[in-house]
Amino acid sequence: MTVQNTQPITPELIAEHGLNEEEYDRILELTGREPTFTELGIWSAMWNEHCSYKSSKKWLKTLPTEGPQVVYGPGENAGVVDIGDGDVVVFKMESHNHPSFIEPYQGAATGVGGILRDVFTMGARPIAAMNALRFGEPDHPKTRHLVSGVVAGVGGYGNSFGVPTVGGEVEFHPRYNGNILVNAFAAGLAKRDAIYVSKAEGVGLPVVYLGAKTGRDGVGGATMASAEFDDNIDEKRPTVQVGDPFTEKCLLEACLELMESGAVIAIQDMGAAGLTCSAVEMGARGDLGIRLDLDSVPIREDQMTAYEMMLSESQERMLMVLRPEKEDEAKAIFTKWGLDFAIVGETTDDLRFSVHHQGEEVANLPIKELGDEAPEYDRPWLEPGTHSPQEPHLFAPPDDYNAALLRLVGSADLSSRRWVWEQYDTLIQGNSLQLPGGDAGVVRVEGHDTKALAFSSDVTPRYVEADPYEGGKQAVAECYRNIVATGARPLAATDNLNFGNPERPEIMGTLVAAIRGIGEACLALDMPIVSGNVSLYNETNGEAILPTPTIAGVGLMDDWSKMARIGTADEGDVLFLVGTEGTHLSQTIYQREVLGEETGPAPAVDLMMERARGEFVLAAITSGYASACHDISDGGLAVALAEMCMASGLGAECEIAITYPHAALFGEDQARYIVAVDNEWANMFAANSEGSGVSFERIGTVQGETLKINDLVDIPVSELKAAHESWFPSFMNPQSVPEAAE
Amino acid sequence: MKAAIVQFPGSNRDRDMFAALETISGQPAHKVWHTDTELPNCDLIILPGGFSHGDYLRSGAIAARAPVMRAVATAAAQGVRVLGVCNGFQILTEAGLLPGSLMRNAGLTFVCREVMLEVANPQNPFTCGYTQGEIIRCPVAHHDGNYFAAPKTLAKIESNNQVAFRYANGTNPNGSVNDIAGVFNKQGNVLGMMPHPENLIEAAHGGTDGRRLFEAALDMLESTAA
Repeated sequence: MTVQNTQPITPELIAEHGLNEEEYDRILELTGREPTFTELGIWSAMWNEHCSYKSSKKWLKTLPTEGPQVVYGPGENAGVVDIGDGDVVVFKMESHNHPSFIEPYQGAATGVGGILRDVFTMGARPIAAMNALRFGEPDHPKTRHLVSGVVAGVGGYGNSFGVPTVGGEVEFHPRYNGNILVNAFAAGLAKRDAIYVSKAEGVGLPVVYLGAKTGRDGVGGATMASAEFDDNIDEKRPTVQVGDPFTEKCLLEACLELMESGAVIAIQDMGAAGLTCSAVEMGARGDLGIRLDLDSVPIREDQMTAYEMMLSESQERMLMVLRPEKEDEAKAIFTKWGLDFAIVGETTDDLRFSVHHQGEEVANLPIKELGDEAPEYDRPWLEPGTHSPQEPHLFAPPDDYNAALLRLVGSADLSSRRWVWEQYDTLIQGNSLQLPGGDAGVVRVEGHDTKALAFSSDVTPRYVEADPYEGGKQAVAECYRNIVATGARPLAATDNLNFGNPERPEIMGTLVAAIRGIGEACLALDMPIVSGNVSLYNETNGEAILPTPTIAGVGLMDDWSKMARIGTADEGDVLFLVGTEGTHLSQTIYQREVLGEETGPAPAVDLMMERARGEFVLAAITSGYASACHDISDGGLAVALAEMCMASGLGAECEIAITYPHAALFGEDQARYIVAVDNEWANMFAANSEGSGVSFERIGTVQGETLKINDLVDIPVSELKAAHESWFPSFMNPQSVPEAAE
Repeated sequence: MKAAIVQFPGSNRDRDMFAALETISGQPAHKVWHTDTELPNCDLIILPGGFSHGDYLRSGAIAARAPVMRAVATAAAQGVRVLGVCNGFQILTEAGLLPGSLMRNAGLTFVCREVMLEVANPQNPFTCGYTQGEIIRCPVAHHDGNYFAAPKTLAKIESNNQVAFRYANGTNPNGSVNDIAGVFNKQGNVLGMMPHPENLIEAAHGGTDGRRLFEAALDMLESTAA
């Protein structure tokens, strides 16, 4: 044994690595001696919250993850779901919150890069991306800087790589002032019989390093992502990685060619904790040891220590176990694409993770324990409190309904996101059928005449804050609704759970209740969770973000010619409300924007009703009844109607049943849709609703250029559009004249 | 007519272009790698969109010096049709095969949206499927599409009728001088344009205005075939 301690392991050093006393004792036991400096880095990288899910694992296990459509659930780089004809969709969502707050462009860019790599590591060509972004209040001095950096970073990476960004979310709230959220989603298409996983097989086989060179960027990144922020965060800037989308694009093409050649036994991208995590995972999964020789690792800086090489988070890198007879062929592919290809180790049968550098063994650790025996905590948690229901009469009505509706459609959270998504390439690959601005992004499945996939990302953090259980359910339900509203059947989902410090029982209680809600909704709506990511410690100076469990769902459409959109209603079409009159005003956008309060309970989600109405709407769309469809969410019925009018450019004359006008117009009751139906089919549609036992109301007709609702609302569509389109451009560039709406 | 599509590392609308040509003409295009020194026998060479070599240094600057570009220049001099779209346009200007250059968008951000184009010169093998002054739809998706040429060059371009398309109805997305969206070389057999006609050729794209450009370039239009 030549292992030497080059730096003494002090209690301070241990604490700097984010390990507590108990965890260090366990490390001593598993190592069988005091770890070396490099070994301490390796343990810390594998056992931080980001890589080990030590606080959340117990609860994540309760989520439904199976179904006949699921090929691979959580545990692989991304979830894999069957879409028929031998094809699968491969997808996942992952956060890059802390890096994006410190360095918005690179943080967001590498978030996109990381999730794309997760998808193509499995052999899938990325076909769609989404981004759920949450920023602090618009007036916070940092917000504009963060918005412009994050949006440019998302676009800068995705556009250059060549994946269409087809959806996402952008929201503002003071609780994200010190800790923004950047959740990146990617989906890819592959053949079911050509999926690649990280489990290594076979002893004495070459371990190959692929892609970009290793630098010092991102050393300790995963540990940073698992710590709270304080006022000294700027010091952490060097832990943010720098992305190179050009190299990633080349890596994608090279990897797909390599897989085609049959050279790959196992492959794993180097994400959080880089070389350490990828090597340990491949070995631990395959019950094999791994021996690495760091002298063969391609580096871009001199004098890198073993510690730095093992913890570097340089981007655009992969590790692979190679079929030895294919070495020349594999190398030629990487040379063609101008990428590094280096044999850096081999698989062994001793279940040890052994790392050599400059003739010394700098680490020798038990690989199974590194990978599988991370501590798992049952952290104490408090059941969240409940609110008593608040009847509509407790809320003041607006002085002027026209002004209230204009204010809502032009508010920070409901205004058009055109300023954002025009910076993303939404069209590349030529398969985008629905772009951002509708209910869900829709992309054609290449190689099929009629099939398409729908993507949506959703969560309403203020609901989760008010009631984590109902809020968790609502995130899944809204995602389900957005997919259904296009005419796609929801297939499965990925979750990205963003919360504060789990060591605080009230935060842990929020997480536990939200997961319970998500699990119940996924079960009831048949959307198993097939992949995901947990981001905890989203706090600054002790203040946590709003609990934000983002749900990104994927749906399948058999025939995209029947697809519904929000803006395709024709003059004379009849508008139906599927669902009942709005009654719920607490925690609504109306309450926040017009009354200036955020109080009371979240709207309850009746999952049986959600499913029944969803099935009904889906059947109506796929049988060709719906000329347009939109789900009702933030802002209620009036905002949903306004959005349909703005998208089509046509007005509507509506006469709705009203008990409390402000609740009927702005209430955010769940499980509701607006469906536009050709007049000729309107009676048939009504009869079908009745026959299906689904509540519905005939609320009006598409006509003219003005939106009219009873004697409450009367606004030209052009005026709605002007309010809707102007907020973002004037927020980001106060001097500019807002661009005219299309 | 046979087409060839040149791929550079970082090209990313090459797949869109392959698919569009196959959909329109029913036959696949040749693929040419940037290090190739010879081109296959073909009547139309296409430099597709993307971020060749990451657009590092300057958009198109590195690709313009790729070995294949000598063969492209030779073919262009012999009268073979050459089409550069987006990054392809940037490469053609960097290679000196088209006048002018493409700067960062005036708004300094990437912009992806549909614009309107006015057909400025339909007396050309690429644009003869359109009529003079016809307004067509076409999407753009670029960061560096702000066309610029020095006053003397610009005057020549205009007087030679080398402008193929102009952004119309106030939809200039990038600040291009004289609203120029696409230009020909003097001989008229090389066309560079920032908008992406290959992304508007079938019902799934929501329109087919881009289709006639390829039909014309491949001599598929009835009037040219007759």
